Amino acid sequence: MVAVLKTVFVRLGERGFESHPLRFKEQGGKLKIHEYQAKALFAQYGIPVPRSKVASTPAGAGDIAVEIGDKVVIKAQVYAGGRGKAGGIKIVNNPKEAERAASQLIGARLVTHQTGAEGVPVSKVLVEEASNVARELYLSILVDGTSHLPVMMASEVGGMDIEEVAQSTPEKIFRSYIDPAIGFQPFQGRKLAYGMNFDGAQIGEATRLMTNLYKLFVDKDCSLAEINPLVVTADGRLLALDAKLNFDDNALYRHKDIQELQDKEQEEPLEIQARDWGIYNYVKMDGNIGCMVNGAGLAMAVNDLIQHCGGRAANFLDIGTLNNTERVVNSFRMFVADPRTKAVLVNIFGGMARVDVIARGIVEAYQQMDTLFPVVIRLAGTNLEEGQRILADSGISFIRANDFYDGARKVVEAAKGAMK
Amino acid sequence: MSILVDDSTRLLVQGITGSEGSFHTQRCIEYGTKVVAGVTPGKGGSKHLGVPVFNTIEKAMAETGANASLMFVPPAFAADGILEAIDAGMPLIVCITEGIPVLDMVKVHRYLKGKSTRLIGPNCPGVMSPGKCKAGIMVGEIHVPGNVGVVSRSGTLTYEVVSQLTSLGIGQSTCVGIGGDALPGSTFVDILKLFQADEDTKAVVLIGEIGGTMEQEAAEFISHNMTKPVVAFVAGSTAPPGKRMGHAGAIITGSAGKASEKIKALSRAGVAIAPTPAEIGFTTNKVLERV
Repeated sequence: MVAVLKTVFVRLGERGFESHPLRFKEQGGKLKIHEYQAKALFAQYGIPVPRSKVASTPAGAGDIAVEIGDKVVIKAQVYAGGRGKAGGIKIVNNPKEAERAASQLIGARLVTHQTGAEGVPVSKVLVEEASNVARELYLSILVDGTSHLPVMMASEVGGMDIEEVAQSTPEKIFRSYIDPAIGFQPFQGRKLAYGMNFDGAQIGEATRLMTNLYKLFVDKDCSLAEINPLVVTADGRLLALDAKLNFDDNALYRHKDIQELQDKEQEEPLEIQARDWGIYNYVKMDGNIGCMVNGAGLAMAVNDLIQHCGGRAANFLDIGTLNNTERVVNSFRMFVADPRTKAVLVNIFGGMARVDVIARGIVEAYQQMDTLFPVVIRLAGTNLEEGQRILADSGISFIRANDFYDGARKVVEAAKGAMK
Repeated sequence: MSILVDDSTRLLVQGITGSEGSFHTQRCIEYGTKVVAGVTPGKGGSKHLGVPVFNTIEKAMAETGANASLMFVPPAFAADGILEAIDAGMPLIVCITEGIPVLDMVKVHRYLKGKSTRLIGPNCPGVMSPGKCKAGIMVGEIHVPGNVGVVSRSGTLTYEVVSQLTSLGIGQSTCVGIGGDALPGSTFVDILKLFQADEDTKAVVLIGEIGGTMEQEAAEFISHNMTKPVVAFVAGSTAPPGKRMGHAGAIITGSAGKASEKIKALSRAGVAIAPTPAEIGFTTNKVLERV
């Protein structure tokens, strides 16, 4: 084990990336959950958290404050970070104040540096006992893309963005790479705990907390488990004051319990709509040109090219490789559902996806809905001739593009024409 | 010459009897690839597409001399399939499967340590040495033999690039899709090393995208170790931060993940950057004229 870890460090050192603060990034995550849900999972895994309960009405928040004690913290439950600075966390002195603070948050939209100007809706607040904090620390686990191992990161500098810490005081971040064959070991916990300037009984306590966090990370297929801050209270106890858990989308099939935690209100409505229609790789962008592409790299490149030609894509949409017409029809339903759509570009380079199936889907879409915008179609690859024949025979009206660049240029022109 | 696969490749297909496995195995055979075995547990002893099917990789390798595996196993079982192939001593595994859990791949990488197996993918289009061997799902007809190596994190964008190259009369030595996952079996650096050592490769086209730091690592390798010219394009200049753009690995979670940072690192290493994805072939042509 030690030898293995050593080689990892040497290899990273050679590549010069060990010191690269931005190398340590979450891998494969997308599904987020709320703080109160993450804390419930923490409690299940023996990670100490402050006493708290979630409320969805101001009166409910007041009742919880009565139960927990006079001084409590009211925390808006949203997926976005940066709540504190945005006014989403309020410290109050009595149940009446708790009720008032909750009434200001519940039903409002919170705008943080991570949300757009429209913010995210707050429908729940966490009412939590106020902790007497002596020290704020940092602890997280994610999978490191270069060593291919889970890495636990700890720092005595907590409560701020870890990327800032990595840039200003990289020597204050300690890391332990975890061998999946034997799991997190006590010596690794001690190394990190001493790095965080713990001593005495806290070393054992911190090591247990880390061991439990790793167990949770693995059991639930997390992509990120972060406690920022992890605090030491005035009476010397360790507490996870905040809790952030993100999950690996690819592993959700084996975690029905986690899937159920997802709060659709926190997400972009068009993206939720796309998912409901079986289009998993859809991201809303800020333009007016609808795009349907097969393959993620090509879809990104198409959006780049549209911008190069003077337009803006309304979305990223990779239809993937499932060979059925339904997903093509549903992509068109997305374009119709999006009021910003001025023109649409279909760019397909068939490989695993077959061009004839795509063409049949486009014809079906035209039959099922009034397409009120110009559609530019560029097809290439597997079963191209058959695809072209289907489009030609159908008599539908569309703008044919000869290649990738031609498609981008024509759709930008079409969108500009449609705006006049 | 070429890298990874050529006319001595004897291909085994894991998941040969599934629908995707069948469709693409047929295409590989039509291209001229020597498909010598298939593996589907429970279907050993039968034949599929004229290829003998085995229950285990160990037996298939012993009886057919297979030296490369192409995988179409569904994501929930894919890591197990890769582990079986590593255990059997398979020299090359090309995994097409998309959607394998990250922690499954952590185990795979741990098991790969100290073994001689090379893994390409997962979530990739495969490997193609034009005129010699197609071990993947790429469109065969758009490739022609030649001297430019292609390595890419994308599938269909690679087809786009290859068709641009071919239409300009630029053939390819080998095209390698390393895949869009966060923990690929082989990285840009791994493949660049092979292209640098391959005498038939005169230049390399590298197709990167947002997320991770693989392009920066490639830039570092290129500036210190490569004598052959490299052309690059990085997809996702317009991608918003924090959003996963289809590929599991394509998410900007810090400044290093941005396309602009990657392009900066690559140009500093002397790489010729294609200004748009439509000009990758054109940029390569200009670089080749200088060689």
